[in-house]
Amino acid sequence: MSELAIFPARAVRHRSFLVGAALTAALIATAGVSLVWTPLSPYVIDVPHKLQLPSAEHWFGTDSLGHDVFSMLMVGAQNSILVGVIAVSIGLGLGTALGAVAAARRGWVEEAVMRLSDFAFAFPAILTAIMLTAVLGPGIVNSILAIGIFNIPIFARVTRGSAKVVWERDFVLASRAAGRGPFGITLAHVLPNILSVVIVQATIQFANAILWEAALSYLGLGTQPPQPSWGRMLNDAQAQLFQAPWLAVFPGLAIMLAVLGLNLLGDGLRDLLDPRLARGR
Amino acid sequence: MSAFLLKRGATFIATLVAASIVIFLVLEVLPGNAAQVMLGPEAPPEAVAALSQKLGLDRPALARYAGWIAGMAKGDLGTSYAYDTPVADLVDQALTLTIPLALIAMALNTVLGLALGIFAAARHNRLGDVAVMALSQVGIAIPTFWFAILLILLFAVELGWFPAGGFPGWDAGLWPGLRALILPAVSLAIVQSAILARVTRSAVLEVLREDFVRTARAKGLTRGAALRRHVLRNALIPIVTIMGLQFSNLLVLTIVVENVFSLPGLGKLILNSIDNRDVVVVQDVVMLLAAMVVAVNFIVDLLYAVIDPRLKLREL
Repeated sequence: MSELAIFPARAVRHRSFLVGAALTAALIATAGVSLVWTPLSPYVIDVPHKLQLPSAEHWFGTDSLGHDVFSMLMVGAQNSILVGVIAVSIGLGLGTALGAVAAARRGWVEEAVMRLSDFAFAFPAILTAIMLTAVLGPGIVNSILAIGIFNIPIFARVTRGSAKVVWERDFVLASRAAGRGPFGITLAHVLPNILSVVIVQATIQFANAILWEAALSYLGLGTQPPQPSWGRMLNDAQAQLFQAPWLAVFPGLAIMLAVLGLNLLGDGLRDLLDPRLARGR
Repeated sequence: MSAFLLKRGATFIATLVAASIVIFLVLEVLPGNAAQVMLGPEAPPEAVAALSQKLGLDRPALARYAGWIAGMAKGDLGTSYAYDTPVADLVDQALTLTIPLALIAMALNTVLGLALGIFAAARHNRLGDVAVMALSQVGIAIPTFWFAILLILLFAVELGWFPAGGFPGWDAGLWPGLRALILPAVSLAIVQSAILARVTRSAVLEVLREDFVRTARAKGLTRGAALRRHVLRNALIPIVTIMGLQFSNLLVLTIVVENVFSLPGLGKLILNSIDNRDVVVVQDVVMLLAAMVVAVNFIVDLLYAVIDPRLKLREL
């Protein structure tokens, strides 16, 4: 049977993959549903009913302005997915291209790409976000850009590392003998063979992007009100820690479950897509 | 050794210079006029011109960059616009908090992470291993700042054992100072140690499969003795790599955690400076943090050569 045909059979027996897939599906479904329906509007301010305990009307209670916490959490999922998708796409697009070029060209090109990515590690996402905020003012675009830029060297390294292995293989040699150039070989042989590694990395970076976005929003550098975001909700909750401690629980749980789901999914995919990698663990 | 050191040292310096150029370009050249940024878009032109002159922004960019670097080399970081004090004093003050905090967190992380990782590897596929791995999977998913808030909730709000935030200063004595840093350090360390435990476990397991370990065991060494004498040193490369990354991570995460606990360190300083539009301070502190991250990477590179002398030869 082909690799693709046995994938579902092996996937249903892989426990962490299943848990990860279920949590990730729940995250996406929550964001999807929140586009058309939330129990109450997350934008309506209702100060007389602020800081209420969880009840039949407000499932997770209300915050300091009387917003419905459950509805805010649902809409917050959209925010996390938006940041994750764009930030990972930036890193994946540019980083994979750079890494593939480095592996194909070797020599000074490879050296330059690697030095550049070493250099980029000097600027963790938070530092980039701080610089952008100092210049442009706070906002979601900064956090997306900062996390995206931070992702570029990560994908570049992973791609170069695995692409170099593929370049050593006999079928690449055969393809070269048949007259294909570096660009053609990269497209036809290298990229398809490193796809699984890149997909796994993308899943993990998606999880990290959610963590970084939450931290930036918590600091006030990311998503701005009234757009609900899990990080900001925790910032507000901290101010009410003595009066309404439960407010600090739900957004953190949401972040944790989303990140846990994506990480488990990534680990599971790694095992399922490339059994050779899984053997050492 | 000297050629290796020279090559690494040159890369280190080049990275610092490149970082300073990027920071200078983004913060001083890109926005047009830093004085305008500081005073806000509605500021009258005379005020902007006056501040420009005071900060020396009317000079050409290259002269300003040279001045900034020359100043830093002498320990003169310029004057904060918002506090009207030398930035060097603000930074010195902040570092007396941030450095101990990062070091305590790193020490906790190392002890916890290595212990759990080696424990799990030694019990590969048994209950202890599965439990540690499950816990660490959850630990990795926990946002550091949320964990910090939960610690405040439990140990400050409910139990009252530790302060919920703030820092009395080292003048108040060693214990009151340390007491204020314990919860922040724990919140930083726990999440990182989950990562370290996983890496340690897989590195140790990898080495345990090697032939020389089998030989050592066949020769009569107990499992523990083989682990101590042969496995750990050989597993160190990936562990040191990840610890270097983690130390950089911790330095940056102190920005977040200092804000959770209202600690007057570098992180608080930089966020306050953003609120105050104090570009001079932001520029210096970002440079300082980036330099620390680069320095940690440099030290890790040197450690590789100490741990595995073969690497040094391969490089040359």
